[in-house]
Amino acid sequence: MQLAQVLQVLMGGVAQGCIYGLIALGFCLIYKATETVSFAQGDLMMLGAFLGLTLLTVAGLPFWITVPSVILAMGLFGMLLERLVVSPILGQPAFSIVMLTIGIGYVARGAITMIPGMGTDTRALEVPYKGEVLEFGGVVLAVEQLVIVATTAVLCAALFALFKYSRVGIAMQAASQNQIAAFYMGIPVKRLNGLVWALAAAVAALAGLLLAPITFVHANMGFIGLKAFPAAVVGGFGSLPGAIVGGLVIGLVEALSGFYLPEGFKDVAAYVVVLVMLMFKPNGLFGESLRKKV
Amino acid sequence: MRFLFKTRYDQDINLAKHGGHVGWYGALLLLLVAAPWTFPDYWLAQLTFVLIYGIVGLGLMLLSGFTGLFSIGHAAFLGVGAYTQAVLAAKGWPFPVSMAVAALLSAGVGAMVGLPALRVKGIYLGIATLSFAAIVEEGLARWESVTGGNAGMAVASLQAFGWSFDSSEAFYFVCLVCSVGCTLAVLNLLRSPTGRAFVAIRDSEVSAQSMGIHLAYYKTLSFALSAGMAGIGGALYAHKIRFLSPDQFNILQSIDLLLMIVIGGVGSVHGAFLGAIFLITMPQLITLAKDYLPEAVGQAPGLQAVVYGLVLIVFVLFEPLGLYGRWLKIRTWFQLFPFYRQGLFKRQKSFQKSDRLK
Repeated sequence: MQLAQVLQVLMGGVAQGCIYGLIALGFCLIYKATETVSFAQGDLMMLGAFLGLTLLTVAGLPFWITVPSVILAMGLFGMLLERLVVSPILGQPAFSIVMLTIGIGYVARGAITMIPGMGTDTRALEVPYKGEVLEFGGVVLAVEQLVIVATTAVLCAALFALFKYSRVGIAMQAASQNQIAAFYMGIPVKRLNGLVWALAAAVAALAGLLLAPITFVHANMGFIGLKAFPAAVVGGFGSLPGAIVGGLVIGLVEALSGFYLPEGFKDVAAYVVVLVMLMFKPNGLFGESLRKKV
Repeated sequence: MRFLFKTRYDQDINLAKHGGHVGWYGALLLLLVAAPWTFPDYWLAQLTFVLIYGIVGLGLMLLSGFTGLFSIGHAAFLGVGAYTQAVLAAKGWPFPVSMAVAALLSAGVGAMVGLPALRVKGIYLGIATLSFAAIVEEGLARWESVTGGNAGMAVASLQAFGWSFDSSEAFYFVCLVCSVGCTLAVLNLLRSPTGRAFVAIRDSEVSAQSMGIHLAYYKTLSFALSAGMAGIGGALYAHKIRFLSPDQFNILQSIDLLLMIVIGGVGSVHGAFLGAIFLITMPQLITLAKDYLPEAVGQAPGLQAVVYGLVLIVFVLFEPLGLYGRWLKIRTWFQLFPFYRQGLFKRQKSFQKSDRLK
């Protein structure tokens, strides 16, 4: 066993973990702001990847225009989704919204499959950095993975700044702590909810664009969202840094169990981790532990 | 409008509240018993599926609709039941015994999953069940010496004590007896102290606990009963479908089961069966509708997913009580005939309440 090989496996795990983390970030944003869980996050990612594919291949736009326009378009789509279907049932039991987002996921997946000539294919997303590798003293690293890690880091910094310094971010924090109180303070909670959904959809679209070069673009790629749930739980649902850390944990555990353990363990590793986590530390690594005082 | 004049306390817990119930449910039972002679073979097979899914739905309804614990991994229990039944049937065990073992094994697994339910709630529980289901599915695929792995395994026909239930009519009656039995069991459970405790836990854990309900015990019990019923359903499913493979019990199946009870109507026994009817007949309706749709839409593979998703969204948005709720509204409209008001069943508007402090 060489060190280089282990490092490569770790790098793969980190890259995959960043993708999980980005999707989990979407869950956490929505959960923090509206206390609801969106099961459509993986499918939003799929939509983003398909939109990117369409713009690149059918419309023939250059890559550097495609990326921001996909993110913007998915952001608008997320806001539209919130306005049309999610906001009417806010305040209903959390489970209704879970079912609603499952429904949205179904529709998104089915609608993509229905596009003739594209929906049922698996295609690769042609990005400028595809297939390039960098070598550091025997360790071969794929540029795709490095881009994922770098983008995630930049995005995290941007989100941190948003929540720490901007008016909107601080308003979002207030609304996530107590919506009624925030509303009384004059914060437009409804508009913020729309913004949060837009942000979550945009992050999902970015994850889709990042993931597409290392896997393929197909209608079922949204199922990766199911593995982002463990990431969100391990980090502590509702904690933004926790989502990324949880994603990294899941990605690394998966990569290592794929490397050291027999076949089959890789697919369930994430779920085993989350079950253990729920048994011993249900609030996750960074979760806030709140108790109701009577 | 019917006014019930109660003269005994027993009337509060009677299964049939009035003569109308006896008449209508008796007629339904007669129709079901006569079905093999009145329905064509194809529809009898569909009806058998409705009964099987109805049993599974009843189990999930008990857990989600009446105890308020949502499971996004119920297909795992279905799978455990189905594979147990398949393995035992291959060994020549008589049907009632093997089905009991399948139900017990599923119930045991359910109780095990119920353990994290004692510490976590809400969405965490959903994720715990989802994770568990994924592990079970992978286990079924990898334990090749018993389950045949991804290649699948064939299931022997149903037999007990020298009798063979080979024909579809005989098998239909087995399913009918099982589903009627399960329905009666659930109804009976719901009017007993145990069922009342379940409903109390659903409505408010804190109040249930302060009334002396042992949360851990009742939650585990609910999980075990629900999984046991899924196991019975799974045992019948194995014999109906005749060929098992792990991907029949994946996350999509779990979501289909949830979709079934949400569309049927969460929190009603009728809902389980109405949802099962929806789940089984919808693909047929879509197939029928395909001929009238333009080719680009009708022949597309994603049509079914889109229809399911849209129906689910529409129900959650506009009819949260599901098909059964719609029926209640229609019935009330007739009962109150000129006096039905729009707002009679209106959902109460509420602001977002935090679950985090529960």
